[in-house]
Amino acid sequence: MWAFLHKMASPRYFYKIASSLVPWFLPSGLLLMVIGLINGLFYAPPDYQQGDAFRIIYVHVPAAYISMMAYSLMAFAAFVALIWRIKIAHAVIVGAAPLGAWFTFLALLTGSIWGRPMWGTWWEWGDPRLTSELLMLFLYLGYMALRASIPNLAQADKLSAILILIGAINIPIIHFSVEWWTSLHQGSTLLKAGGPAIASSMLYPLLAMIIGTTLYFGSLLLVRTKAEVINREKHSRWAKKMLLGNQL
Amino acid sequence: MIKSNNISLLSGFNAMFRRDCFQYLKNPSQLLNPLIFFVMITAAFPFAINSSKLQLTQIGPGIIWVMAILSYLLTLQHLYSDDADDGCLDYIILSPQPLPLLVLAKICAHWFSSGLPLIIISPIIGIIYQMQVDTILVMIATLFFGTFALSLIGSIGASLTISINNSNILVSLLVLPIMIPILIFGARTIGLHQTGSTTISGLYFMSAYCMFALSFSPFASAAALRIGSE
Repeated sequence: MWAFLHKMASPRYFYKIASSLVPWFLPSGLLLMVIGLINGLFYAPPDYQQGDAFRIIYVHVPAAYISMMAYSLMAFAAFVALIWRIKIAHAVIVGAAPLGAWFTFLALLTGSIWGRPMWGTWWEWGDPRLTSELLMLFLYLGYMALRASIPNLAQADKLSAILILIGAINIPIIHFSVEWWTSLHQGSTLLKAGGPAIASSMLYPLLAMIIGTTLYFGSLLLVRTKAEVINREKHSRWAKKMLLGNQL
Repeated sequence: MIKSNNISLLSGFNAMFRRDCFQYLKNPSQLLNPLIFFVMITAAFPFAINSSKLQLTQIGPGIIWVMAILSYLLTLQHLYSDDADDGCLDYIILSPQPLPLLVLAKICAHWFSSGLPLIIISPIIGIIYQMQVDTILVMIATLFFGTFALSLIGSIGASLTISINNSNILVSLLVLPIMIPILIFGARTIGLHQTGSTTISGLYFMSAYCMFALSFSPFASAAALRIGSE
């Protein structure tokens, strides 16, 4: 186990393993997403309250899940990178940040589109999940802004890792403070959506979508991290050898 | 190991605190401009909107808190960048005293010279927004805990950006999402008091958040200063 982790920490082995994982992750993720979407959009029964409008759940929930999972992943990588000084972890953070920001934006967008017919408004300040998702997007953007403005690579790595950890320990506080604020405030009667527990014919496409989107995110993350690794290691021998091939 | 001439931890803290306070007092415009900004912009809102008494009391807490955070963000650039520019920061980092403690002294001095004046001047803004006297007292209590938490959180943003020139907007981008809980509870607690509800839970939350920030901010800032000044 430790031997494997040590191997993974070396850029060269990471690159190799990532290259062999992508051809598995990407097709299986896309396949699951197609299956999930077709089943969800055409075969799942309409919701008894929301009709067909609920079907956006098959995009919204995976996007929201990925947006939180990506930040947790970045926080974990930042922790690893700062404590054990593993360089790969910094590359993983760089790879994950724009993807996470994009999925956060997607979750906000689909949530807003879903909210229009259900709550009668594009945006509802009273919903803690919506507002804390917005703040999460700000955390992603702040990370990318800090990263982009520090020219020195080593400094940018460490400082932005600190920022991610600070953001990560604040996310629960942000979420609960928004939630408590709404409970201090009068409750919104519009937000009583949901109804009973989800039926299995609706659930399976959703699970397929979640797993598929995760695999899709994983393959994109690996591709982006690979690019970041090769960019950082471009002066090393193995990278030159691999990129230039037999020209050397 | 060099014996540090019997300098206790407290004396290092005190020396840093006094030195920073004097630094701020030497340039009063650094302190006064954000305060004047705070007063002028909060006083500008009633011109722009319907200035009936009911509406002013409704929006007052929110505007006062948003403006307090905005004017506070303006003061953050002086927290570390002045020392980084003239090289003092390197000596502070090299000193035998623990860096988180010196950072905490700098944060306290920053609060003393930016947060305290803001609290002192805030009753005037409360009167502009038609607040009752006891509401103003609640506002002062929220500002007391809130501005110290803002100093602590802002210190992280300021220390992360010391290697960047003109980082003022960047600091705001970094720390604003983290300051949102303070904004929510600061403004809501005043608003709750105006409607006659109990406010002690909001004040509890703000003091808890303040203590929580106190537990990690000096260490995070010290780590960021070390990395940034490499």
